[in-house]
Amino acid sequence: MGEALHYHFDVDGASFANAGRASVETKKLLRQLGVAPEIIRSISVAMYEGEINMVIHAHGGDADVYITEETIIIILKDVGPGIRNVEEAMKEGFSTAPENIRALGFGAGMGLPNMKRYSDEMHIDTKVGVGTTIELWYHLNKH
Amino acid sequence: MKIKQVAEILNANVLTGSDLLEHEVNSACGSDMMSDVLAYVKDQGVLLTGLMNVQVIRTLLMMDMNCVVFVRGKIPPAGIIDFAEENGVAVLQTDLPMFESCGRLYAAGLGRADDTGSCSDPGEGVNGAENG
Repeated sequence: MGEALHYHFDVDGASFANAGRASVETKKLLRQLGVAPEIIRSISVAMYEGEINMVIHAHGGDADVYITEETIIIILKDVGPGIRNVEEAMKEGFSTAPENIRALGFGAGMGLPNMKRYSDEMHIDTKVGVGTTIELWYHLNKH
Repeated sequence: MKIKQVAEILNANVLTGSDLLEHEVNSACGSDMMSDVLAYVKDQGVLLTGLMNVQVIRTLLMMDMNCVVFVRGKIPPAGIIDFAEENGVAVLQTDLPMFESCGRLYAAGLGRADDTGSCSDPGEGVNGAENG
């Protein structure tokens, strides 16, 4: 990771309207860097879902993007409530999001499954009451 | 199908993106649940929705879609239209309900050229048209 490009974004947890800004910016950056469109889209969807989760559940957090020749890694870190049961949270349709979030078009229980679907590797490090860090890995040579 | 034809078929007003009317769209997806839209990546689609917030436009951007149709006569606030305009997304608005909007586009051939045409995936149980 010595020569990795690194971009940092603050994910503002105060406003649902702002959720997704980091993902839009990252998408623009990846386009400028000439990353393949299908990889960009996978990263966009996964990161966007992650960002939405951080705003819904954890009052925001930090998003970091590391880019090397071989790998792109997105790290989403929050100090929110943590995920009580990761296995359950990974099931499509399982959601702990409040009803008002569903009215906004999210909270369908697709967030984590979508992140998994649109990444080569997903690593979840979570502790109840402490926070959650999710790493999304993309191996550029594999695609 | 061109975005222009989508607008005609749905008797839709073009709120922004008149420069995009000649763009081709190959598929459509009708949903008020953005996570379901995000679950199925398809090319160059139209999103039909009754949901009205800025995340609709961000979802489109993430999915490389360039046209949204707001159904059931809802008028999006200026902030949404401005954000769409800044990002090259056409915004259409129709008085038709979701079900009829999807039906008209489907009947006109949108998304029927091949199996990848709509975001619905029978295996996953996500409906292409809902909340009619």
